Amino acid sequence: MKQILILIMAVAALAACTEQTQTIDSGNRPDTAAFQGTGTPFAAPGWKPGDKISWEQQLKTRTQNGQNDYAKVN
Amino acid sequence: MARMKFVCDAERCIECNSCVTACKNEHEVPWGVNRRRVVTLNDGIPGERSISVACMHCSDAPCMAVCPVNCFYRSDEGVVLHDKDVCIGCGYCSYACPFGAPQFPASGHFGVRGKMDKCTFCAGGPEANGSQAEFDKYGRNRLAEGKLPACAEMCSTKALLGGDGDVIADIFRNRVLKRGKGAEVWGWGTAYGSKQAGQPGGAKS
Repeated sequence: MKQILILIMAVAALAACTEQTQTIDSGNRPDTAAFQGTGTPFAAPGWKPGDKISWEQQLKTRTQNGQNDYAKVN
Repeated sequence: MARMKFVCDAERCIECNSCVTACKNEHEVPWGVNRRRVVTLNDGIPGERSISVACMHCSDAPCMAVCPVNCFYRSDEGVVLHDKDVCIGCGYCSYACPFGAPQFPASGHFGVRGKMDKCTFCAGGPEANGSQAEFDKYGRNRLAEGKLPACAEMCSTKALLGGDGDVIADIFRNRVLKRGKGAEVWGWGTAYGSKQAGQPGGAKS
């Protein structure tokens, strides 16, 4: 009985030697998706914040209108 | 939606640096940090070419691979972003990046390197979209405003294209077909020859 008690105490004493976890915060912090909008009045018109489909369409339309000069000229 | 990408048309870039200026102005980037730069090859020699270079938001980004604190993450649109609260400013990413995209502010004491700063594709960072904290650390979040990167939208000659990879690839392809040249300058044509440009090996492509 005494031996078992000593064993338990030894195990309990060893448990104090364990290290605390040192894992740093992961960089994978959840980021709000861009299609959720900013809630500020600076958003471009023509799409609905929170609607991913309309946001994607807005970007495609904006790319064509703003960067495809062949579409504008011809 | 495909991945967000930049393409710079070396046939059109006139080294005006308006993309650099637009970026610095939009995000209030501090002195010593240029998220975007214009690089000129064979400067002063007839036929010189300029391209605008920033973070290319690599599909297999070496900066992400080497970061010891895992501060990088990739958005659903393929934009490589980082968390400045986690960054320790070690500089590994700047050594790994083939484009020199990661920059470090030099405002501290000699030898002190601050948190890494780089192009965000105007997509901000992990702070709340449009918040002051996001602006202070990463600049404007234009994507969340339904806009595209300021550098590409401000480009006077439309040399710099930025947006959905499929869309800008179509724009660039159409442009090259219409003007009849350009694909031989960079990319596939340079490596394997371009039939369109009359170079050997073009038949294989």
